[in-house]
Amino acid sequence: MLGSTYAIVALGLTLVYGILQIPNFAHGHMYMVGAYISFFLITVYGFGYWPALAMSAVLLAGAGVILEWLAYRPLRHEPHINSFISALGALFVLENGVIALWGPQGQRIPNPYPGVIDAFGITMTQQRLLVIVVAVVLIVLLQLFIKKTTMGSTIEAVAQNQEGAMLVGINVNWVSSMTFAISTALAGVAACLVAPIFMISPSMGSMLGMKAFVIVILGGLGSVPGAILGGMILGLIEALGGGYLSAAYKDVFAFGALVLILAFKPTGLFGKEVQGR
Amino acid sequence: MSAWLKEKWFYLLILAIALVVPFFVPNRYFFQIIIISCLFAIGALSFGLILGYTGQASLAHGAFFGIGAYGVAILTQTLGWSFWLALPISALVSAFFGLIVGVPALRTKGSYFAIATMCLGEIVVLVAGNWIDLTGGHNGIVGIAPPNPIPIPGIGAISFETQTSQYYLVLVFLLLTLFAMHRVVYSLQGLRFMAIRNNEVLAEAVGINAANTKLLSFVVANFIVAMAGGIYASLIGSISPSVASLKITFDFLLFVLLGGMATLAGPILGSFALPVLMEYLQFLQDYQMIFFGVLLVVVIIYFPRGLMGAIKNMQAKIKSKRMGA
Repeated sequence: MLGSTYAIVALGLTLVYGILQIPNFAHGHMYMVGAYISFFLITVYGFGYWPALAMSAVLLAGAGVILEWLAYRPLRHEPHINSFISALGALFVLENGVIALWGPQGQRIPNPYPGVIDAFGITMTQQRLLVIVVAVVLIVLLQLFIKKTTMGSTIEAVAQNQEGAMLVGINVNWVSSMTFAISTALAGVAACLVAPIFMISPSMGSMLGMKAFVIVILGGLGSVPGAILGGMILGLIEALGGGYLSAAYKDVFAFGALVLILAFKPTGLFGKEVQGR
Repeated sequence: MSAWLKEKWFYLLILAIALVVPFFVPNRYFFQIIIISCLFAIGALSFGLILGYTGQASLAHGAFFGIGAYGVAILTQTLGWSFWLALPISALVSAFFGLIVGVPALRTKGSYFAIATMCLGEIVVLVAGNWIDLTGGHNGIVGIAPPNPIPIPGIGAISFETQTSQYYLVLVFLLLTLFAMHRVVYSLQGLRFMAIRNNEVLAEAVGINAANTKLLSFVVANFIVAMAGGIYASLIGSISPSVASLKITFDFLLFVLLGGMATLAGPILGSFALPVLMEYLQFLQDYQMIFFGVLLVVVIIYFPRGLMGAIKNMQAKIKSKRMGA
């Protein structure tokens, strides 16, 4: 369950990295903003769960476009470290903006599917099952979108060669806005899915953002199967390590695993080329 | 001698100002900010070595600051050692730890290295928060003694109870660090660091052992920052896992970037300019950090070389105007 959430968030991150080579460190914070948007849509404006999910995906897509336009586009031809710093600035703004607007305390979204399912001897709540199903559907849809549609091919073209893509008449600015929109919309959906299970708070983004980065690095930057598998591996390591060894150290296992894997395979499990910077 | 003076008068002036600062500070609060800024300048300088000169974004820098702080806290508080023994030992422990984790971590490059070190940093924070017997868990360690007095035969002893004496202690360490960094950066080794930053493949092609050179830079930076951490623990008197957190790393990152990467003056300038700016922005309250984030984005877009870069640009412009006239 945790693994599939990680996978969706990491997918958005790896998409942006693979296509635009931007280490979007503020991704986890976009996820946090998404959780807050769904919270307000449901509790204040009285949206149903599914309309809220769709709405928060749309709103977050807009936010992603704005973020790319303000913080990353001016830096496209600068070293990666500059975008990284810009992302740090953006995450300061997002986290503290949310704190200033709605306070640092946690909030809770009412769970739309509190029932419990008992199948094949496995017991789990409906909401958790929903998370897994939606994650799988999203991953399949994204893959189809990239491989089968013209817009998907355009995005792939930019990923392979920006200048070449420009030469055949692709608007790179438009594609990067698009990519960011998809990436943050994914984060919005993930946030809306998980929000009824866990508390939401302004600081939820930084840990998740960090883990999403761990996953993406684990799988190899820019690799979609890597992000999915990495998400699952991290979820498993945390669940098993936290359950059998020590709950307090569950994050240590996750981060330790990353360091170990990188020690043996410095470009991640599925990483191909070595990054220059 | 006079030529030397002509060239260096500016630095001498700054040194002179630094020496008389204690006589002009308006209040204790402001003085404390200056002392902490000096301390962070030491850490920022060492971060400049690994990030600015060697081009490796080590996000575990705050963690090594924390290791130094915990080292001094545990050695002086629990084991009752003298500060002057505990400080170098903690710095050595930090450097050794850097050596052990540096070997695998430095096999990675670019963003991978940043994330790997960030994870190492998180591990240090988590261990500091959970190894209650050694570190006091999330409550941390309180009541750490200030540095032991240095006895001077015939005169008495220099104690470090007052702010003024603490200020001079930190200033001495800052100047030592600056001197060491100056020697390193303008040596052959410094050129090797920069060669790796500019193009690692090319650097290897001309016979530089990239792995060892990066490791050296990493270990030296960790040694220095741990020293800053150790002094911090002793002066502040209490520490908690937050001294090792990513927030500290980000602070260093901001100081170095806003000041100017790959300069010696930049990190120091950043370490002073930022906290002072923060003080003047107190009235913004909750919106202070938002302003801060926007500032960061604006600086990296319009002044990627930081304050020092902006100053150099201005100097160049003035010069070209004079030449043109």
